[in-house]
Amino acid sequence: MTTTALPAPPRERRRGHRSHRSHYPLWFYLPAGAVYGVLFIVPTVASFYFAFTRWNMSGTEFIGLENFALFFSEPYLFQGLVNTFVYGLLTSGLKVVLGMLLAVFLTSQIIARGYLRSVVFFPTLVSTVGVGITFTVLLDPGDGLVNQALAAVGIAGPGWLTDPDLALISVAFVDVWKGVGLATLIYIAGVVAIPQEYFEAAEVDGASGFQRLRHITLPLLRPATATVIVLSLIGGLRSFDLIWAMTQGGPGFTSDVVASVIFKQYQAGFWGLSSAGNVVLFLLVAALMVPLYWKLNRKEVER
Amino acid sequence: MTRRRTAGVVSGTVAIVLSAVVFLVPFAFIVLTASKNRAESALREFSLPTEWAVWENLVAVVQARDYMLMAAFVNSTILTVASVTIMVVLAAMVGYVMQRRPSRLTPWLNALVLAGLIIPPAVVPTIWVLQGLGLFRTLHGLVLIEVAYGLSFCVLLFRAFVATIPRELDEAAVIDGAGPVRLFFRVVFPLLRSVVWTAVIVQSVAVFNDFQNPLYFLPGDSNATVQLTLYNFRSQYTTQWNLLFMDILLITIPPLIMYAFFNRQIVAGLTTGAIKG
Repeated sequence: MTTTALPAPPRERRRGHRSHRSHYPLWFYLPAGAVYGVLFIVPTVASFYFAFTRWNMSGTEFIGLENFALFFSEPYLFQGLVNTFVYGLLTSGLKVVLGMLLAVFLTSQIIARGYLRSVVFFPTLVSTVGVGITFTVLLDPGDGLVNQALAAVGIAGPGWLTDPDLALISVAFVDVWKGVGLATLIYIAGVVAIPQEYFEAAEVDGASGFQRLRHITLPLLRPATATVIVLSLIGGLRSFDLIWAMTQGGPGFTSDVVASVIFKQYQAGFWGLSSAGNVVLFLLVAALMVPLYWKLNRKEVER
Repeated sequence: MTRRRTAGVVSGTVAIVLSAVVFLVPFAFIVLTASKNRAESALREFSLPTEWAVWENLVAVVQARDYMLMAAFVNSTILTVASVTIMVVLAAMVGYVMQRRPSRLTPWLNALVLAGLIIPPAVVPTIWVLQGLGLFRTLHGLVLIEVAYGLSFCVLLFRAFVATIPRELDEAAVIDGAGPVRLFFRVVFPLLRSVVWTAVIVQSVAVFNDFQNPLYFLPGDSNATVQLTLYNFRSQYTTQWNLLFMDILLITIPPLIMYAFFNRQIVAGLTTGAIKG
């Protein structure tokens, strides 16, 4: 056994010497690459072609930038673009703030900590459509529970989902209700990872509770914040299920986002326009995510 | 110390009440509405039912539309089990080779993996590809779609975990005469057990709850998944809120059972590497 020519340079093995390569065959990439390539990469690349065509039942016809011109000139399409932006920023902003507050609270010395953590987290696992339908009923302007409760204390509740100015924001709030558990979980892991000695040293130096939070906890939670922002932006910008279950983009098209516009145009048979919507969403996501990646340490983003 | 403890009890109690109002009331509403008879549920009030009709509603919703919900549960189960199994095995193979064999290609592969996480899929062109392959409107097609969309997350998870398995183990197996396939499936893969569980659970919940992809790629009543039954029942049951909410309740149960049993793996999966990388 020991006489086998074993390539064993003890430290510098990481580069993958020739003799090692055969144990880690490249064809291991093949099955995953085939599925991913055919069903994700090819359609994504193809969308850049179809976006420049008038594509429907009768075929495709190259029309240049016409679809994009429509997207930026027609209010029912452009509103979706603006809303996607608002929705993404609003939900991820709220998840950062609420998630951090909840995590600091849920790692402090309180009773029923385990119960509270579970309760905050479990909406994350529940069907989005189910949550959407439930809240549509709860937020009904007339006999919904929320407005009845508000009426009981003398406040006339607004038409959460029927007021054009409010519908998108209401859906965003429900999104935060459902998703804040994940943000909290990531922040809790971040808080727990902070060495206890820092707090003890600060306490010896006479730092108050608030000072410890401000100067130790918050700065050391930056990696967790990066993760939460990236994850909630990725989810928020492509959000479809909740909006579709609650308002279907209504009233009118005031709560449409790009993802719901894509679906509506697909249903209407305007496949080229729908693909252009995908390209617009792609560019919007890239425009937000690429600078984010540059700014945040890449390591913190990867799982 | 005692002052801090009292503060903990007080704020904890306040939090319990608040959490009950914010998080539990909506779920209680689902359960209560699902237990009411038709007339009472139409009022959509937050109240106890005067007569509990849990069993009647359960039977009615299961029998609705020629047992559509049962068929949907079968479809969703097949979809979840098949896609998660394939996804996990394929992603583990990729994550393993990517970690073990760094090369000039690696940065490009990384970019591809991240792209899968970030870029929203292009829907209509995907339908076009599926039609070309004869997989549109088939469960097989949807399985492969879920695999394609879930791969990135799993690859990142596995690659990070493979890094913690010492290479000496691979070498020992090779000396013992294991080929690459045996090395991976008999030696490395079993060691990935904990992270495999994490990936399985997180992705099962995601696939089971997926609404958008079945809506696009598997339309039609005959092969609906459970999430689509909600959508379909909703238009049908505008006056039968008890049945609609019974459907929501039934669909909510499987992920909650997952959470009750695999709480720890879910938490581990969603936070690994998120903090320090």
